[in-house]
Amino acid sequence: MARMKFLCDADRCIECQACVTACKNEHEVPWGINRRRVVTINDGLPGERSVSMACMHCDDAPCAAVCPVDCFYTTEDAVVLHSKDTCIGCGYCFYACPFGAPQYPRVGNFGTRGKMDKCTYCSGGPEADMSQAEYVKYGSNRLAEGKLPLCAEMCSTKALLAGDGDIIADIYRERVVTRGYGSGAWGWRSAYGETISV
Amino acid sequence: MVQTLLKRAATLFAVVALITFAAPELSAQQVNPTESAVQEEQLMRALQSGEAVSGRITIPDARAGDLIKPDNKGWADTHGGTVKTVNVAAIIGMLVLLIGFYMYRGRIRIDSGPSGRTIQRFNAVERFAHWLLAATFIILALTGLNLLIGRAIILPIVGESAFGTLSGWGKIAHNYLAWPFMAALVVVFIAWVLQNIPDKTDIEWIKKGGGLFTKGIHPPAKKFNAGQKVIFWSVIIGGAALSFTGVMLLFPEIAGTSAQWQFYQVIHAIVAGIMTAIIIAHIYIGSVGMEGAFDAMGSGQVDVNWAKEHHSLWVDEKLAREGRAAPSSGGGAPQPAE
Repeated sequence: MARMKFLCDADRCIECQACVTACKNEHEVPWGINRRRVVTINDGLPGERSVSMACMHCDDAPCAAVCPVDCFYTTEDAVVLHSKDTCIGCGYCFYACPFGAPQYPRVGNFGTRGKMDKCTYCSGGPEADMSQAEYVKYGSNRLAEGKLPLCAEMCSTKALLAGDGDIIADIYRERVVTRGYGSGAWGWRSAYGETISV
Repeated sequence: MVQTLLKRAATLFAVVALITFAAPELSAQQVNPTESAVQEEQLMRALQSGEAVSGRITIPDARAGDLIKPDNKGWADTHGGTVKTVNVAAIIGMLVLLIGFYMYRGRIRIDSGPSGRTIQRFNAVERFAHWLLAATFIILALTGLNLLIGRAIILPIVGESAFGTLSGWGKIAHNYLAWPFMAALVVVFIAWVLQNIPDKTDIEWIKKGGGLFTKGIHPPAKKFNAGQKVIFWSVIIGGAALSFTGVMLLFPEIAGTSAQWQFYQVIHAIVAGIMTAIIIAHIYIGSVGMEGAFDAMGSGQVDVNWAKEHHSLWVDEKLAREGRAAPSSGGGAPQPAE
């Protein structure tokens, strides 16, 4: 089975925010929650690079490790999902995630946060695939239809790659060799414990 | 006309020559943005503890500007590692210790047997504050421990859906009962701090092991013996630490950065584990461990023989005080047997 990953080629990202907009629209993500975001490093300076970041669906996900109610699970495609029914909104996953993927919809008393929401790799949640219940809670399930995440599909420069980890690593490697430079597969060391060497 | 043409051709030739030969020098002064591109590896290596690789974002929430925070994985490891180990070891260790102590010493009896007469040890205010503190502590400890090891122990038994509901209510109970706990802690402190200040009697008491390990040994003690003073100060200091860190966790905006929240959370969890172990010992000695001890908090009235054996100086002080006062009404200290 494929091991799904994201790779954002920072040397191609033009910060157009198409990935952000695609995700928000496709899943009708509520106000204030940003499943995917674009971060620009060294803004305005030579060597400025932009990186599109959402959940990296890590090996050994730290969010799953700290969850007090064990609401996370990993699918056969190595996508890390969670159950909003079981989630108690304690906030631990946010403090464990190196990428800031978990988001919460509410600001209530005593740190009440509501149910955690995050990038699902466009593969929904524990509800039945492509059902209305799944859509309302987690957004659309493209993986069940055999499609890849919409953020990567809508990327205007093909900076954001999504798919089997080995395949997208090869694509990135080929790019680095062809153009002669690459600022790195951002987040891969933290998420998967590996880098892409050329 | 040819002359103008020639002149213009010469000017053109000069300009082109100038550009061609000057160009390499120009490009040598230009910045090559590709070579100065920021590298992920460089940035990660330059990070100090608590720092993140961060940049500019279009989102109002400033926390979204942090791209990669490697320290977060460190907190996750600490939470699942050190914190869990300390909690489990403290609680199981204390239970093993108490079982061992009970097998060695058994229940500590009143050596001269119960007299059947009582004197008042704790009044209604003291007992109310104690029981409010105790009841809230037990629920806080259980709901807090559930967040740490519940998924290993209770989840397999009740299933995910029920466990999620249970833990959700547990979290709410924990957040709300924190406040009466803190209030009771203040009352307990005010009521007993003066009688818990260590003095010379405590040194003698400790030297004799409090009489814990040998039958018939009863070192003198005032209202609170040295062992109780240890409990009192543990509760006050531990409780204060839990209260402060707990409030930080309840109001994350006040806690500050993620690194600060994580620090408070680790302190909260470790102190909670140690306090739970200490309170288990306290519950033991106040119930199973010692005959006549529970009455002090149960009804407030303790057997006179028990009091003479375990708090002889307190009994003397109390009877002297009440002897000097006007004759007490029924329910006050009865005269000791002749």
